[in-house]
Amino acid sequence: MSVLVYIENRNGKFKKSTYELVSYGSRLAELLGVGLNILSIGNVADDELKSLGKYGASHVHRLAADMSLDDKSFASIISGLAAQTSAKVVVMAHNLTGKAIAPRVAIRLKAGMVSAVNGLPVLVSPFVVNKKSFSGKSLVQIEISSAIKVITLSQNTAGMVEKPSNVIVEDLPAVSIYPATRVLSTEVQSGKVLLSEADVVVSGGRGMRSPENWKPLEELAEVLGAATACSRPVSDEGWRPHHEHVGQTGKVVAPNLYFALGISGAIQHLAGISSSKVIVAVNKDPEAPIFTAADYGVIGDLQVVLPKMTEAFKKLKSGN
Amino acid sequence: MNILVCISNVPDTTTRIKYTTDQKEVDYSGVQWIINPWDELALTRAIELKEANPALIQKITAITVGKADAEPTLRKALACGADDAIRVDASGVDSFYTASQLTNAIKDESFDLILCGIESSDFNGAAVGGMLAELLDWPSVSAVSSVNIENESVKVTREIDGGKQLMETGTPSVLIVQKGIALNPRIPSMRGIMTARTKQLKVVPAVEAAAQSHILTFAAPPQKSACKIIDAENLDELARLLHTEARVI
Ligand SMILES: Cc1cc2nc3c(=O)[nH]c(=O)nc-3n(C[C@H](O)[C@H](O)[C@H](O)COP(=O)(O)OP(=O)(O)OC[C@H]3O[C@@H](n4cnc5c(N)ncnc54)[C@H](O)[C@@H]3O)c2cc1C
Ligand SMILES: Nc1ncnc2c1ncn2[C@@H]1O[C@H](COP(=O)(O)O)[C@@H](O)[C@H]1O
Repeated sequence: MSVLVYIENRNGKFKKSTYELVSYGSRLAELLGVGLNILSIGNVADDELKSLGKYGASHVHRLAADMSLDDKSFASIISGLAAQTSAKVVVMAHNLTGKAIAPRVAIRLKAGMVSAVNGLPVLVSPFVVNKKSFSGKSLVQIEISSAIKVITLSQNTAGMVEKPSNVIVEDLPAVSIYPATRVLSTEVQSGKVLLSEADVVVSGGRGMRSPENWKPLEELAEVLGAATACSRPVSDEGWRPHHEHVGQTGKVVAPNLYFALGISGAIQHLAGISSSKVIVAVNKDPEAPIFTAADYGVIGDLQVVLPKMTEAFKKLKSGN
Repeated sequence: MNILVCISNVPDTTTRIKYTTDQKEVDYSGVQWIINPWDELALTRAIELKEANPALIQKITAITVGKADAEPTLRKALACGADDAIRVDASGVDSFYTASQLTNAIKDESFDLILCGIESSDFNGAAVGGMLAELLDWPSVSAVSSVNIENESVKVTREIDGGKQLMETGTPSVLIVQKGIALNPRIPSMRGIMTARTKQLKVVPAVEAAAQSHILTFAAPPQKSACKIIDAENLDELARLLHTEARVI
């Protein structure tokens, strides 16, 4: 019996979120008193796989396959290894891949599934997990009653615990797959910090007034090594690309630090940011609802405040 | 080609969520019900596709798993432009239960494309679309932000972490859609509302399906402590607090 964790890489490298997932799997396996298996699909070098040992990985299964598999094939590989390793719980990240594949894995394994789980289970027998519902307005405890469980983990909710371990890498035999869907072309967002993985997010709303004003926002993001984001009207207006839209109908983010600049704090926007550890709001209206969600607030005009803020962080970063 | 759009009936997104006193259920009194925002966009796109190519797309069906009180939401889908509707007479217990009901309800129908939203705004399950695809043994593409149909080939754009991909899938397929799929949701016209009354809304009974998870309790998220206001003239103080007090930079 075991816990199976499916992990992703980008160009053969793991991100912080991967280590978080592995650490989670390792602690979950300990709670359940079972072993841990990790599945990595794609071309990842031994050394990179061995780096997972820092967080408790011991047995890593590598399928050096082309990653552009379709959802059905992914699900069949993951559920196949789950069956082979008698997995009690299958864990994936609550990202786009997890959302696409975990439900299929659950059906294949006749497992109950809960997505976007917050942290470790509250209880393991019965198996009870926490998650947010009603787009962040409610916290629920859910019992999964099936013998096998599939969960996707919300980013930044579990933390990382070091637990050095030796890693054995085992190569899985190549699979023959007849994809049902074909990728015609891929457009990669280049160079910048990805919103889904960022520790710091700098986000602008309609209070930024015009797309030209984004230059200073990008400067602040640059100084902080942050990803940029925006409210829905900003992306609807075409001021910023759609992938930056945060909120109930956009992306849900959970960074350590979120800057809401000229964002009023509508409930649909808060739905996307309420899991952020710390929220800083800048708004000229002291009554703006964003201040009820923020930890730190600055009341003032962004045209004036934003450049000064960037200067202040530059000073801090340079150590004077 | 026939398109099925799966519609989840959810409380309006601005609703304050209240619970029964034992915190075991949601108190739905006074709630305004709407079509789940993504499902509304999926329906809108299906209607746009049919309008653009009526020879290719014969019928759009809206389906929901819900009790009779979900019917006004289905009627709205009909008023927007769906041709007919199906209600499976059951309240969803978990994603597996809902997906099983949907699978059973359409087993004798012939759909070429099923559109689901990426998640419902009430329970945020993000599961029904993928489960339905697996139960039907159909291909699926998730996080779809655009869809076009050329003959029998379905071209979609999907978001991936850090980019996007243009994909091709055949029929039948399940498309799990998100932002971008349509710009603004279709609003029913007066004429649409009138004709919706005459359109067919079929009610089918639920089948046995064992839910595999259930909610034990609800709680309000922890209250945030009051916001600390920093003087706009002293932003060094903000940088200092984020560094030494909040320890996030
Ligand atoms: C079904 C549905 C789903 C939705 N989903 C989302 C979603 O996912 N994400 C989302 O963001 N919204 C969403 N919305 C929209 C949401 O309701 C709000 O309309 C939106 O979030 C407001 O965006 P904003 O804060 O940028 O703009 P506004 O509400 O216009 O706020 C602008 C703010 O900037 C301030 N301001 C103006 N000028 C300055 C200045 N010079 N300096 C400092 N401050 C200034 C103003 O005081 C104001 O508070 C959704 C709505 C619906 C109905
Ligand atoms: N009760 C339901 N009836 C019909 N479709 C549903 C129902 N619940 C969820 N769906 C569909 O599945 C999608 C994802 O929902 P969920 O998995 O509940 O987050 C929704 O956007 C709908 O398209």
